[in-house]
Amino acid sequence: MPVDAGSNRRPETGAFFQRDRSWHPPALTPDYKTSVLRSPQKALLAFDNTASEITGPVFGHAMLGELDADLIHNFAKSGESAIGERIIVYGRVLDERGVGVPGALLEFWQANAGGRYRHKKDGYLAPLDPNFGGCGRTITDADGGYAFRTVKPGPYPWPNGPNDWRPSHIHFSVFGHGFAQRLITQMYFEGDPLIWRCPIVGGIRDKAAVEALIAVLDMQSTAPMDALAYKFDIVLRGRRSTLFENRPEGN
Amino acid sequence: MAQALTRLKESPSQTAGPYVHIGLTPNFGGIGGVYPTDLGSTMITDKTKGERIGLRIRVLDGTGTPLRDALIEIWQADANGFYNSPTDLRGDADPDFQGWGRQPTDMETGICTFQTIKPGRVPFGDGRLMAPHISLWIVARGINIGLNTRLYFSDEAKANAEDPILARIEHKVRVPTLIAERQGDNYIFDVHLQGEKETVFFDS
Repeated sequence: MPVDAGSNRRPETGAFFQRDRSWHPPALTPDYKTSVLRSPQKALLAFDNTASEITGPVFGHAMLGELDADLIHNFAKSGESAIGERIIVYGRVLDERGVGVPGALLEFWQANAGGRYRHKKDGYLAPLDPNFGGCGRTITDADGGYAFRTVKPGPYPWPNGPNDWRPSHIHFSVFGHGFAQRLITQMYFEGDPLIWRCPIVGGIRDKAAVEALIAVLDMQSTAPMDALAYKFDIVLRGRRSTLFENRPEGN
Repeated sequence: MAQALTRLKESPSQTAGPYVHIGLTPNFGGIGGVYPTDLGSTMITDKTKGERIGLRIRVLDGTGTPLRDALIEIWQADANGFYNSPTDLRGDADPDFQGWGRQPTDMETGICTFQTIKPGRVPFGDGRLMAPHISLWIVARGINIGLNTRLYFSDEAKANAEDPILARIEHKVRVPTLIAERQGDNYIFDVHLQGEKETVFFDS
C-alpha cells in the first residue's frame, strides 16, 4: 500500500535516528510515585533498527468517521454539544529532519472542561458532561498537517503528593511510518502555571523539552465568534537516508 | 563555529496515564458509539494465512503485581516473514493480515490476550535470519516512555539459538525473559518491569 496515494515518492526504508533518551523523561522519576515500581532498572539493549523496527502498519483515511476529529459533537446527543471553552487544536507532525509526516494516525483523549474523565477509575468531584466522551482521532494530510475541535480540558487533583494537580492537558498517541517511531505524549497550554508544578512534567529534565510540549495560542487560526485556536507541532524520530547503504555481498 | 545542523528534537514522551482506554480502546473503556470498534482489536480473519496462536501476556511491577491498567501493542510479520508495510520492499505480505494489534490488560486479572498467527522469519541487516518474533510496545500509568521488547517462541529453540538480537544479550541468563512458553495453542509471556527476572527492554 502506498504511504500517500497519488504521490510518486518512493517509500523511505532507512533506519531511524537514535533516540536522545536524555531529552525524554527517564523511566524512574521518584516525584511521580507510580514510576518507582514500574521503571526498568537494567540497561536497555541497544541495536540498530532491523526490519521489525523500520516497518509499521498503514492507517487509511477511510477508517475515519465524520465526527472523529470533533470532540464537541462526537459523543453529544443530536443538536447538543459539549460544555466548555471551545478550541481548535492544529499543527503538523514532522520528523527530526523537519519533513512533514503524511498519513500519521493521531489519537487524542482528555478530561472534560471540569477536569473529569469519562472512566470508571476517575472519581473526581467535578461532574461528567453527558455530551462529552473525551476521545478523538485523525490522520495527517500530505504535509503532515492535522486539526481537531474540542473543549479545553480542566486541571484536576490526583493522588500523588498531598496536593498535586495536573495542568490542563490533552493526551496524544502518534503513529508514524515505523513501529520504532511510536510515541505517546501530552500537550499543555501556554501560560498554565500548573505546568511547572507538575511531577509528571517535571520528569523531563530540560526546560526546552518541556516547552516543546506547550501549545501556543494562535489568534490567526481562531474561528471568529466560535473557537480559540492552539498550535501544537509534534516531532517523530527522523529516518536516516540510504544514499550509501552497506549491503553484504549477495544481497 | 561550524555550520548548524538543522534538526528538530523528537517530542518528549509523557506517560499514557491511567485513562489510556479513553483514547486507544474507548469501547473497552465504556465509551461506546464514537468508533465502531477498537482499533487493532481483531488481527485475523478466516482468510489470514498461518498457524493460529494466542498470546497471554502480563506486565508485572517491582512487587510482582500484574498491571491492570497497561496497554500493549504488537507488530509482527506474516506467516512468510513479510511485513504488511510500504517500507518492506522484499515482497508482498498477506493482504489479509495487517500484523498490528492493540489490547488493554484485563482490569481484574491483568492478562492481555491477542489472537494472531505465528510469524515467519525476517532477515537481519546482514541477511542472516532472525528467529520468529513479535515486537511489543508497552505503555501505562507510571511508564514515562513506552517500553520496547520482543516476544520469541519456546518451540523455536534452534532459531532462537542463532538469532542475532538474542545473541547480543551479554548476560545469557536474561535471554529467557524474551521467550514465551507454549501451552497448547497459547504462548504465556510475563513481562517483568523490575527485579531479578527483569525483561530485556530495547533501545533501537
